[in-house]
Amino acid sequence: MPETTTTTLAASLTGVSKLYGSFAALRNVSVEIRAGTCVMVLGENGAGKSTLLRMLAGLIRPTMGTVQVLHSDADAECSRIGYMSHAPMLYDELTALENLLYFEGLYFPTACTPCSRNAERVLTAVGLDAKLARPVGDYSQGMRQRASLARAILSDPELLLLDEPFSNLDAAGAAQMVSLLAEFRTWPMRGDGKTSAQRTIILTTHQPQLAEALADTVITMHAGQIVNVTERAR
Amino acid sequence: MSYLRIVLHHLAKDLKLEWRSRDAITGMLFFSLLVVVLFSFAFDPTAAVSRQIAGGILWVAILFASVTALNQTWTRELRNHVLDAQRMAPSPASALLMGKVLANFIFVTFIQIVLAPLFIVFYNLHALGQAWLLLLILPLGTWALVMNGTFFAALGLRTRNRELLLPLVLFPISIPALLAMVEATTGILTGDVDPVLWMKLLAGYCIIFTTVCVLLFETILAAE
Amino acid sequence: MMKKLLWLWGAASVAALVWGTRLALFVAPTEATMGNVQRIFYWHVPSAIMGLIFPYVNFIAALVYLGLRRKKPAGALKADALALAAAEVTLVFVSIGLITGMLWGRASWGIWWTWDERLTTYLLLWLLYVSYMLVRRFSSTGQTHTLAAVISVFAAIDVPVVYMSIRWWRTQHPSPVFFGGKDSGIDPSMMPAFLWCLLGWAMWGVFLLCLRYGLERRRQTIAYNTALRAVEVGLEGNA
Repeated sequence: MPETTTTTLAASLTGVSKLYGSFAALRNVSVEIRAGTCVMVLGENGAGKSTLLRMLAGLIRPTMGTVQVLHSDADAECSRIGYMSHAPMLYDELTALENLLYFEGLYFPTACTPCSRNAERVLTAVGLDAKLARPVGDYSQGMRQRASLARAILSDPELLLLDEPFSNLDAAGAAQMVSLLAEFRTWPMRGDGKTSAQRTIILTTHQPQLAEALADTVITMHAGQIVNVTERAR
Repeated sequence: MSYLRIVLHHLAKDLKLEWRSRDAITGMLFFSLLVVVLFSFAFDPTAAVSRQIAGGILWVAILFASVTALNQTWTRELRNHVLDAQRMAPSPASALLMGKVLANFIFVTFIQIVLAPLFIVFYNLHALGQAWLLLLILPLGTWALVMNGTFFAALGLRTRNRELLLPLVLFPISIPALLAMVEATTGILTGDVDPVLWMKLLAGYCIIFTTVCVLLFETILAAE
Repeated sequence: MMKKLLWLWGAASVAALVWGTRLALFVAPTEATMGNVQRIFYWHVPSAIMGLIFPYVNFIAALVYLGLRRKKPAGALKADALALAAAEVTLVFVSIGLITGMLWGRASWGIWWTWDERLTTYLLLWLLYVSYMLVRRFSSTGQTHTLAAVISVFAAIDVPVVYMSIRWWRTQHPSPVFFGGKDSGIDPSMMPAFLWCLLGWAMWGVFLLCLRYGLERRRQTIAYNTALRAVEVGLEGNA
């Protein structure tokens, strides 16, 4: 993609630090993430990857510095951000479809009722049976991971944040998830007038080889700082 | 109105969750029953005396039963970090609170409907005042308890000793409401006291604290 | 400079208290009905009054914290330190008020306690501020300030509600009048002792507040500097 001065940014952090008491989860992090790219964040446990993602999601605020996500402050555009974390963020007692219909109602409260079509579409896209009557608590790890991803992409987000999406998946499952994500990037956005909007994915992982095919940029973190940013030639 | 719709959406979810597992209701029911029976042993009432104390015992039983439900009211949201996903949704956070309060209100009211005949039986009660007023007092009192209780249960979500903190914070704040509930109920049972003033106090309490809880819920949810 | 002023103030408050207590014990006339037992009034009522003023300091500081925490976090921290100091001083004064009140009641009227509107509200104030301190202790760092501020708001709203509700209750179930003293007007010859004690306790309260505030601010600054250093460590290491 030709580099222009008007490249849109999906997110930018400037001098961001996050302190929990006297523990610095993030130290003076500054990074710009271009829209339409897939960014892979690497680092050992405790490097600050999850904290970074939660900050982009708007769930935590920086102690110092500023965070700008999708042209506005992080908490103003929450429906355009999808977030998937270690925890499935789904109710164990409800089925996947019921879970998604619940979140659908939160994201689109004024929508018409037969929009279970959207929830079903998303579930089918991640490879789950929408009609499955088993509660999510009974799912296998791989199925739960996919249901969680379905919830994250339900609101048709411009920015998708994935915290260790390949954890607890076997090789086949991981490969499926990678192809899903690649496909997700090509989905047309729901009409909202912004025809130039592009989907951005930021994911963290311990296993860089899995997402190599996807990633345009690789950020390496260590002890709360970004130590390396590599652009990959595609 | 879209706010109401979202509240009902949350309510439907909470009712469905409870229906699937029936944890809270069974616990509350059994606990309230035990409290009623224990109090009958502790205070062996004659008919006249029973009318004086039944109001207090009823509301203490409801208070304890409510606390057992309130302690686990946010458990399912915490368990899989569903709360994070709910925070990220654009719907107002206070709607989540109101949905849960309504659900808890329904559960406690259900317990009351089961307890009331038992009370009448164990204490040989019949009201000397206007019994129909009880239909107003019970919901008002219940609302006062579950509104503050659900809010403080959320406040204590990420604190240590969460289960201890809830009654410690809830009981002092609920004292005016408890007084009003007990006085109004006793007033109706004994016919001695006009309960209307207490009902007005209770209604005022509910309005004030519902407003404060709704306004401050977003604050405590985002506190980190 | 400020420190010197503070210690001077503290010394002055002790002096005022000593003078007031001397007046109370030896100079003020013996009360007609209660005799010498009544002299505890000179300590009890000022403490009680202080115990009603400091919660408002806590409440206003909590509101300031909630208002400033996003835009001016440094100022908000100061407000929170003030709120904490005010809460602790409140607890001290309310405890003194309750204990002296109980002693007085027992000695004068033979009862330790009665559930009238003033005593009940006072006890409730004590309970609310104990729960405030517990929330501060049990909550995780980062959340403490906000949660405590929310409790302050609830406490501020609840106290007048309790007062009104117990007052109504007492119109229906009258109880022994515990404190005729404050409202029924005191003899002018008792005023000097009372006013000196009031001044002494007020100054002492402010002195304690300033000390505690200073302590909390120092703790906050140390924590902040430790955190800053934690951020900077490694910044030098990674050129």
